[in-house]
Amino acid sequence: MEEIYAKFVSQKISKTRWRPLPPGSLQTAETFATGSWDNEENYVSLWSIGDFGNLDSDGGFEGDHQLLCDIRHHGDVMDLQFFDQERIVTASSTGCVTVFLHHPNNQTLSVNQQWTTAHYHAGPGSPSYSSAPCTGVVCNNPEIVTVGEDGRINLFRADHKEAVRTIVWEVHFHPSNPDHLFTCSEDGSLWHWDASTDIPEKSSLFHQGGRSSTFLSHSISNQANVHQSVISSWLSTDPAKDRIEITSLLPSRSLSVNSLDVLGPCLVCGTDAEAIYVTRHLFS
Amino acid sequence: MEELDGEPAVTVIPGVNSKKNQMCFDWGPGEMLVCETSFSKKEKSEMVPSCPFIYIIRKDVDVYSQILRKLFNESHGIFLGLQRIDEELTGKSRKSQLVRVSKNYRSVIRACMEEMHQVAIAAKDPASGRQFSSQVSILSAMELIWNLCEILFIEVAPAGHLLLHLLDWVRLHVCEVDSLSADVLGSENPSNHDSFWNLVTILVLQGRLDEARQMLSKEADASPASAGICRIMGDLMRTMPILSPGNTQTLTELELKWQHWHEECERYLQDSTFATNPHLESLLKIMLGDEAALLEQKELLSNWYHFLVTRLLYSNPTVKPIDLHYYAQSSLDLFLGGESSPEPLDNILLAAFEFDIHQVIKECSIALSNWWFVAHLTDLLDHCKLLQSHNLYFGSNMREFLLLEYASGLFAHPSLWQLGVDYFDYCPKLGRVSLELHIERIPLNTEQKALKVLRICEQRQMTEQVRSICKILAMKAVRNNRLGSALSWSIRAKDAAFATLVSDRFLRDYCERGCFSDLDLIDNLGPAMMLSDRLTFLGKYREFHHMYGEKRFADAASLLLSLMTSRIAPRSFWMTLLTDALPLLEQKQVIFSAEQTYELMQCLEDLTSRRPVRGESDIQQLQDEDIETTKVEMLRLALARNLARAIIREGSLEGS
Repeated sequence: MEEIYAKFVSQKISKTRWRPLPPGSLQTAETFATGSWDNEENYVSLWSIGDFGNLDSDGGFEGDHQLLCDIRHHGDVMDLQFFDQERIVTASSTGCVTVFLHHPNNQTLSVNQQWTTAHYHAGPGSPSYSSAPCTGVVCNNPEIVTVGEDGRINLFRADHKEAVRTIVWEVHFHPSNPDHLFTCSEDGSLWHWDASTDIPEKSSLFHQGGRSSTFLSHSISNQANVHQSVISSWLSTDPAKDRIEITSLLPSRSLSVNSLDVLGPCLVCGTDAEAIYVTRHLFS
Repeated sequence: MEELDGEPAVTVIPGVNSKKNQMCFDWGPGEMLVCETSFSKKEKSEMVPSCPFIYIIRKDVDVYSQILRKLFNESHGIFLGLQRIDEELTGKSRKSQLVRVSKNYRSVIRACMEEMHQVAIAAKDPASGRQFSSQVSILSAMELIWNLCEILFIEVAPAGHLLLHLLDWVRLHVCEVDSLSADVLGSENPSNHDSFWNLVTILVLQGRLDEARQMLSKEADASPASAGICRIMGDLMRTMPILSPGNTQTLTELELKWQHWHEECERYLQDSTFATNPHLESLLKIMLGDEAALLEQKELLSNWYHFLVTRLLYSNPTVKPIDLHYYAQSSLDLFLGGESSPEPLDNILLAAFEFDIHQVIKECSIALSNWWFVAHLTDLLDHCKLLQSHNLYFGSNMREFLLLEYASGLFAHPSLWQLGVDYFDYCPKLGRVSLELHIERIPLNTEQKALKVLRICEQRQMTEQVRSICKILAMKAVRNNRLGSALSWSIRAKDAAFATLVSDRFLRDYCERGCFSDLDLIDNLGPAMMLSDRLTFLGKYREFHHMYGEKRFADAASLLLSLMTSRIAPRSFWMTLLTDALPLLEQKQVIFSAEQTYELMQCLEDLTSRRPVRGESDIQQLQDEDIETTKVEMLRLALARNLARAIIREGSLEGS
């Protein structure tokens, strides 16, 4: 595990996400967004790791991440996704879904669109109106799907004012799997599970306690070939045949790691100890 | 008992007229509530208070500062690392670990200082700039004190090394030298610079003799007339014996050499070698440890502890730790010269030189506005086994008391409570019970936060708190009509009564709407079903539905019957169950045996016989009664038919 930079940022980080790169781009990840929780005033912030004029021996960028801009957010940031290059969608504990727009020319963030009553227990018309936290958001331009503690799934279109469809349900999502898996847990650990086929026979599976939220990276090698054997290595129950190498990515453990995101060789994660960790050399 | 340290500060509350009406207040965990009462001070009956607001007053502003939060978070990590240091380690390795921890704490303080300094410079309005600057000086004082404690108590430097550490300490904290040096050296003709001799003097005062020599050589180059004496002074500086880390000489050898060198300097003074250059002459006197000469340089020294260290350097470099306090007290007195009185910082440092740890901690607690500093320092010193376990009258020792205070302060903050949990963990006597009280009072506005709090409680086997939190969440869910959520919280709380309540709601909803919400939860209860009778009934009833759906009619039938005969079904639901039996009774093949049919009839009679006789009823009730009567009649008919068929079937031979 190569250098990992830590920075204490005075807010507990609930979600971090890399800004997606334009398709076909040869750049590495440079910008990521974070959302905070449990503060009286929460913020959505944009950070940059590139272009401060310091290059190390490999021509990569050195130094820790710097704040580009931030904006106040009402309620805890429960989930955060990049809608496209400039827009960020957040899910709030007040039940509100907001789309923020980033203006690169003057480095500011502004509110582009907002659905304030996306999730509620008793509706806006009733006298005992109470909002419900929106717990997750997922986007696929131009649609945004949100889910909340009230059990609703909403489908919004980025330019429409009302929800397009509303379903009452309780839902659990399971991500599908490629060859590298990263998990961050309530107990403060960050693990890299490497099931890529070009690594020789290795260690046994490790079972971590605590709730973990898993996030899976985009596959780096050729999807078609690897896919077959990848499925079997994750699902195989024979420990002798396991070819998963597991490495711990954080130097020391303290409070819960709430969120992580991977893009290419870059990883970012945020913790309840109010720190953000970034590394640019995951696979070296 | 503690003495009062002066008049308490007065805080004016806007809108409240304390001259006219009396105020009332109440303490909270970290705050105070204040409002005006209707009791007038002047005995006149003016019953209406003029100020309608209740104020929340917080004392600890520090906890809210953005930059100080980084201090709290980073030091939390260091604290945990310290607690986990292997208790088995002893001797040198343990000491070096503890010194490393101390340096970590100090570097965190310095980082905070740096950042706050940047913010102070960039501040837009002078008032906040001043506030930040004062915060910077507080942090600087904290680091100064901590550094001294590290040298004296943790490093426990012996004579000889002690002075070297003290020199480093002074050099770190009196840093005008660097900017002065940059100024002078950056100029075209350094030796002609106004502050040239100031720079040389202060270098000598700080024991940086190599650098002083370099400056002198510039002077020698610039004015050949004084080249000779500059060279002599340079030689004196070069030859001053000093203990260097790699040196193998003993303390006695060093003392002898130093004595010899000191006498050489004396001789030069007697011979008036430097009489032509008053600057060099005063430097010589300084190097001889002449107090008057040193005191002339008060401005360059800037504080008494610098004076102390310089004095020791040039009069007693092999000073022993236990002798420090004589020099400290006299240095303070000489430096202040009766013109001003010692400040709190001076008293703290003096207490440290006297090796009176308790006094240091006490004075710091009074002088500083929050418990961070004393809590962490005391904890570290406790790990060095330096604090006698001198129990305070309410049962915990000093380390624990301070940690409890600090952690309680953290819990008053909406976000930093998570750090407080770990501090309570390491307070063996009162930590657990304090945590139990605090953790129940954290406001839980999202399930995510509730789950984090629950995990903390479950990890520590705090079952009462788990139960209480789950009950609160279950109640909230019921109010928001989230029955599935409420049920899973009551299962997690192992709260049978609440589970019964929620199950009743489910059943009522079913009766009204004909379908269940949250089916995936009810269908997958598993062993949790056993929590309450009503819940078991709910689960079994769903099982009945499943069996019916899978066309396992015989099993469904016996389950249905057992639900009624075992009395697990609530009476109010029996009608529904019997109605559910109807399709089974109407099937082509005989499902209920004769025995079972008798039992069903028994249940029906049981149900109808207990029906209260109604008097005058309105239209709705009449209609309901009508439906009821029709249902009962249909059931009776179906049961009778089934009984007939069952008897016939059981009476005939199998297979014929």
